[in-house]
Amino acid sequence: MDDLIRLTPLFWEAFGQTLQLVWLSLLFGGLGGLVLGGLLYATRPGSLYPNAFVYGLVNVIVNIFRPIPFLIFLPAVQPLARSLGIVAIGTGFAIFAISLAASFAIGRLVEQNLLTVSPGVIEASRAAGASRLRTMFQIVIPEALGPLILGFTFAFVALVDMSAVAGYIGGGGTGNFAIQYGMRQFNPVVTWAAVFVIIVLVQLVQFFGNWLARKVMRR
Amino acid sequence: MTIVSLRDVRKSYPAPRRSADPVAAIDGVDLDVDEGDIFGIIGYSGAGKSTLVRLINALEPVTSGSITVHGTDITTLSEKDLRGVRSGIGMIFQQFNLFNAKTVRGNIDYPLLVAGVAKAERATRVAELLDFVGLSDKGDNYPDQLSGGQKQRVGIARALATSPRILLADEATSALDPETTQDVLGLLRRVNRELGITIIVITHEMEVIQSLATRVAVMEKGRVVELGDTFDVFSEPHERATKRFVSTVVKGVPQGEELEVLAARHPGRIVTVAIREDGIGQAEVFRTLAAAGVAVELIYGGVHDIQGRTFGNLTLALGGEPAAVAAAVAELSARVSITEVK
Ligand SMILES: Nc1ncnc2c1ncn2[C@@H]1O[C@H](COP(=O)(O)OP(=O)(O)OP(=O)(O)O)[C@@H](O)[C@H]1O
Ligand SMILES: [Mg+2]
Repeated sequence: MDDLIRLTPLFWEAFGQTLQLVWLSLLFGGLGGLVLGGLLYATRPGSLYPNAFVYGLVNVIVNIFRPIPFLIFLPAVQPLARSLGIVAIGTGFAIFAISLAASFAIGRLVEQNLLTVSPGVIEASRAAGASRLRTMFQIVIPEALGPLILGFTFAFVALVDMSAVAGYIGGGGTGNFAIQYGMRQFNPVVTWAAVFVIIVLVQLVQFFGNWLARKVMRR
Repeated sequence: MTIVSLRDVRKSYPAPRRSADPVAAIDGVDLDVDEGDIFGIIGYSGAGKSTLVRLINALEPVTSGSITVHGTDITTLSEKDLRGVRSGIGMIFQQFNLFNAKTVRGNIDYPLLVAGVAKAERATRVAELLDFVGLSDKGDNYPDQLSGGQKQRVGIARALATSPRILLADEATSALDPETTQDVLGLLRRVNRELGITIIVITHEMEVIQSLATRVAVMEKGRVVELGDTFDVFSEPHERATKRFVSTVVKGVPQGEELEVLAARHPGRIVTVAIREDGIGQAEVFRTLAAAGVAVELIYGGVHDIQGRTFGNLTLALGGEPAAVAAAVAELSARVSITEVK
């Protein structure tokens, strides 16, 4: 217990890092996911911009990278990070790796959510004389917004998980803290404290996500 | 004046399997729709009705043939020009296809936004349309807060937003109950009469054609098999498919089980008299039979009113002296179309 009090400032620092890590990778990974998912949706046969080549290519890329366990994904993308001029350890690399991995996962989520929009609604937009681009941004995405928000909430939780794993490569954050002061020093109270704070964070975000989605979907 | 004209239009979709032939959804259709008409297209599921309207609205390209709308051949236009064409044609759907993320007002506003109409003008127009379809108090509601009939009213208002001269209605009442159907059909009639908009109604329900259409085309397997004024098609159907559709609302000559029941109940002769505009009227038929001392009972069929014109198929059981009955039937046969039933 004394340890916990002694470690409190360190812990909050680590928690701040986690928030930063998760927030930035949700931003980049979310944008990447929107692009990939949007591309998959729009180029699919019979969709707004059917293109078998682009669809097949993106589909295969996503299928290859998405299932790789994050613990293996991390070292695997180190060379890529180096070649892009990113230091292959620490917080910067963690954000890079999480964003990349998240892009693939979120890409699929986005694709699936966009597919829930009924083709009839898209036809109605096109029948009104709207361009395909306008249909995509003013009809398809708003129509899928509720499920998209829930999807991003789900992704957030997965990102918290990834950020903890990233602690292994010195990515900092609560995960790193729990490993260093809880697990390695055989101090379960510290580990549980870290776990507890993470649970509260995830609950809060999930609650907010549900609330926002409900507001958007009005039910 | 012709407003929509199709010449040898064909549309085929790629084969579902590699070994199969392509699907000929539309297989050589010629059609002329006059301005101000309510033109009905009826056919069974898979006949190609939806495909046909989607071709007219240029939502899909034809495989061959030409489609002229307002004198412009739309099969040769660029995607950008086609947007203008679509904007000038309203469309309503069986499943309404409203934008759920937008309010009723937002739904009606969308085509105006797309057409680049100024904000103030859009607000006025939306209010006008809400009033026209009787939903002035629902502007701020979302589609999932409306009944089916109200949703279709919104669909109609949205389709009319850009003041199109043509309205395409694909099974617009098929998801509605009978009473709501009558409401929506009434509204469509108003759209035609008050705004002078040409309407093309797609349906598989003959009642819709009967109460709305001035002309009708019957489709089967991607072709138009019969075409004419609604009254003529109802009173004198020629093709098998047409006869089947007409028989859903018009009782012609009794057949099969119905005939057996009637024959068992009425031992004498049974005939069906076709009352048409160019022949003698009912009064004359009954007078002739009465004068010959024949007892008459109307046992099947009746009179129909279509577009303000009437026709009837009267199946009569005739009683009395067989020779007198035979003479009376022979006399009538010379003046009106009679079918011997029994
Ligand atoms: N996008 C498509 N790809 C392949 N085949 C299609 C496509 N759209 C329609 N078809 C085929 O074209 C034919 C006509 O379909 P269409 O939807 O026009 O029929 P319909 O008369 O509207 O039927 P319903 O009353 O069921 O709506 C059907 O055999 C259908 O399977
Ligand atoms: Mg159809």
